Amino acid sequence: MQRIGVFVCWCGSNIAATVDVEKVAEVIKSEPGVVYSANYQYMCSENGQQLVKQAIKEHNLTGIVIGACSPRMHEATFRKAAEEAGLNPYMVEIANIREHCSWIHKDMDEATEKAIILVRTAIAKVKLNAPLMAGESPVVKRALVIGGGIAGIQAALDIADAGFEVDIVEKNATIGGRMAQIDKTFPTLDCSACILTPKMVDCAQHENIDILSYSEIEEVKGFVGNFSVKIRRKARYVDETKCTGCKICMEKCPSKKGLNEFNMNLNTRPAIYIPFAQAIPNVAVIDPTQCIKLKTGKCGICQKFCGVGAIDYEQKDTFIERQYGAIVVATGFKPIDLDNFNEYGYNDNKDVITSLELERLMNAAGPTNGVLLRPSDGEHPKTITFIQCVGSRDTSGCGKPYCSKICCMYTAKHAMLIREKYPDTQVNVFYIDVRTPGKNYDEFFRRAVEQYGVNYIKGMVGKVYNENGKLMVQGSNLIDNEQVTIESDLVVLAAAIEPEPSVRKIATLLTTSIDTNNFLTESHAKLRPVESPTAGVYLAGVCQGPKDIPETVSQASACAAKVIGLLVKNKLKTNPCVASANENMCNGCSQCANVCAYGAITYEDKEFRLGGGKTEIRRVASVNPAVCQGCGACTVTCPSGAMDLKGFSSKQIMSEVEAICKM
Amino acid sequence: MTKEERIENLNRLSGTDVRKCMKCGKCSGRCPAFHEMDIKPHQFVSMLEQGKIDQLLQSKAIWSCLSCMACVERCPRGVAPANVVEAVRDTVVRMQGANGIKAEEIPPIVDELIPQQLLVSAYRKYNK
Ligand SMILES: Cc1cc2nc3c(=O)[nH]c(=O)nc-3n(C[C@H](O)[C@H](O)[C@H](O)COP(=O)(O)OP(=O)(O)OC[C@H]3O[C@@H](n4cnc5c(N)ncnc54)[C@H](O)[C@@H]3O)c2cc1C
Ligand code: SF4
Ligand code: SF4
Ligand code: SF4
Ligand code: SF4
Repeated sequence: MQRIGVFVCWCGSNIAATVDVEKVAEVIKSEPGVVYSANYQYMCSENGQQLVKQAIKEHNLTGIVIGACSPRMHEATFRKAAEEAGLNPYMVEIANIREHCSWIHKDMDEATEKAIILVRTAIAKVKLNAPLMAGESPVVKRALVIGGGIAGIQAALDIADAGFEVDIVEKNATIGGRMAQIDKTFPTLDCSACILTPKMVDCAQHENIDILSYSEIEEVKGFVGNFSVKIRRKARYVDETKCTGCKICMEKCPSKKGLNEFNMNLNTRPAIYIPFAQAIPNVAVIDPTQCIKLKTGKCGICQKFCGVGAIDYEQKDTFIERQYGAIVVATGFKPIDLDNFNEYGYNDNKDVITSLELERLMNAAGPTNGVLLRPSDGEHPKTITFIQCVGSRDTSGCGKPYCSKICCMYTAKHAMLIREKYPDTQVNVFYIDVRTPGKNYDEFFRRAVEQYGVNYIKGMVGKVYNENGKLMVQGSNLIDNEQVTIESDLVVLAAAIEPEPSVRKIATLLTTSIDTNNFLTESHAKLRPVESPTAGVYLAGVCQGPKDIPETVSQASACAAKVIGLLVKNKLKTNPCVASANENMCNGCSQCANVCAYGAITYEDKEFRLGGGKTEIRRVASVNPAVCQGCGACTVTCPSGAMDLKGFSSKQIMSEVEAICKM
Repeated sequence: MTKEERIENLNRLSGTDVRKCMKCGKCSGRCPAFHEMDIKPHQFVSMLEQGKIDQLLQSKAIWSCLSCMACVERCPRGVAPANVVEAVRDTVVRMQGANGIKAEEIPPIVDELIPQQLLVSAYRKYNK
């Protein structure tokens, strides 16, 4: 006979304000099998856990039910407490009377009744629970970082410094990400390259870091501690081991009209190129859509001039497969496409540019060697008008509903840098709100107004149009209740940012989740902000949500701490709640393997006794418990009812349903 | 009608949710009739939100709005300021009794030269 204990939590007033917890505990006492029932203010607290442990020992409990918050929150806490009191941790069931009850009901009587039903349901289940033992799996002591922006770089350096091997897989020809394109950085205005490139070099020189540039993730198998990842190494047409980065090929290549992506297409580059001077690796790459040799078979000039014989037109994509214990996703962002915003005239006027384009126009290594000249005629712009929130905070369907978070600060930065370098320039900024929380951030923005005389106008721009070669910016000045039109030489749009689109594929490969805006979702918004819901997968940088460099770096280091915490372990406990097939019932139909997203199911031929000394050989399913994630897809698919999930057997689920229906 | 009923009526007539406005001023930044309006497009939205009905009903801007819908097109929050203008205009017209314009009343000369859009907007205004 089972001896069940029930523990009803108040969760302060979270549960107790809507559920009569004393009544729940009282009513439940008379349930068959229940020998102990209590209620307490905070069951998860030290004292609460003590109460649970003591009751287990004193009343010889064989199973317990905790009526409290979601199992996602404290199942692990109570399992541990049970184990410490000598009870198998899988003899614990949680009745979620907070999220599923008190938080969503107003009426106390109804909520109390529902809480009683939920607790009864959990009692019905725990009676059928069997003690389970967690298995063990080894940990591969190597981490994968996807994306080599500042987030990926920082995470990789921290993990590598702790003594673990790290691979950075970067889709572009060089690491560095967006930060490499930025000129100076708020809030201190130090030069971006000066603080970024040393870190890039550190990555290249670190004995524990392997940079796989111009590469992408193709396939991910396995699970925490034991991922197996297939990586595509795209054909560069240049042998990475031979190229010395001398750039003679760039000089000699006759096909010079490729758009320079690094400079936001503001100038051109040859078909064979190194993205920028401090690129890591400092190795050329051929753009196959532009190279004459690859398109027509003629040319071959770069090969003739390359002193070390690095050019290889025959190169093909190759694939490598590597094992990792942990994965960090750091795929970053891109500014949104502005096709939905023709009111700002971006596609029609060369002198309407985005903020990232302005970064390149102000950068010494940019298309104008750092002299601010407008794209149309190369003149110095005398009046520059910035428009903030372009496509951000937009619920009309044209843009993004969220605040991009970084643009108020970088616009203040741009405005100040321009006023500093070209004091005769008039700078206007149209804004809806200036959002600059953070250490020294609001002070930074106020400096733009008070010290640099930047003209901030509260109001949005309605249209930008070209009148006799002049850009006219018409917008609101809400403080003065006026409509103003400002003649401008250059208009800069603070375009919203969005996650790099390839993150969707990455999320699918890693079976982790993304939100409606394609940002990767963290496991818990407050308490597990760098962990994805998939064990062993961590999130750093803008792929998780809009953020600036200081925040990105903090998050990347936090990720590294989590990864190191995982990789120092030699073995991981595996979840024992996995599927297994009843071989006597299985008919080997293969349907379960078809639905298993983790590839945990295989089939084997087994000999079965038929009685009378006869045997038969049948094909039956077999689940690899180390790979199975316990999702249960196979159990509902199996037509013979042979597949069942430990800890969540069909019998247990049915008993829960019955308990609910009984009322 | 009580004031509350009138506010509710205006909200319903406009069919737009004025609470979604984030006070960006893009509507007024775009409005071609801005300088002719005593109450500006963004103020229509904000004043309805605050229940300043009497002022709205006094507004002369309801006759200068072109019903061009530029404000509706541009609003980043899916609010329709022109619909608020129109709701106020309808309310005023209805309070005055039927004084709508009839097609026969439009002078033939105007009929020839007037831009199509203006005619449509005149109907929107006067023919309720
Ligand atoms: C105009 C502008 C100015 C800014 N100015 C400042 C400033 O002054 N100060 C400040 O603090 N912040 C500034 N920022 C913000 C800053 O750029 C970001 O905070 C920072 O770049 C985020 O780094 P990240 O590594 O998350 O992303 P990213 O820099 O976008 O790096 C992501 C990397 O991942 C790679 N990648 C993407 N997808 C894949 C894939 N599928 N497989 C492999 N690799 C992939 C990309 O190629 C890239 O190298 C500015 C941003 C903009 C737009
Ligand atoms: S072979 Fe291609 S990359 Fe090399 S020089 Fe000719 S066009 Fe340029
Ligand atoms: S950070 Fe500023 S400019 Fe950017 S979306 Fe938010 S409020 Fe608008
Ligand atoms: S519809 Fe009226 S208020 Fe709106 S932009 Fe046109 S004229 Fe202005
Ligand atoms: S454009 Fe829309 S959100 Fe902005 S002030 Fe006008 S109504 Fe409000």
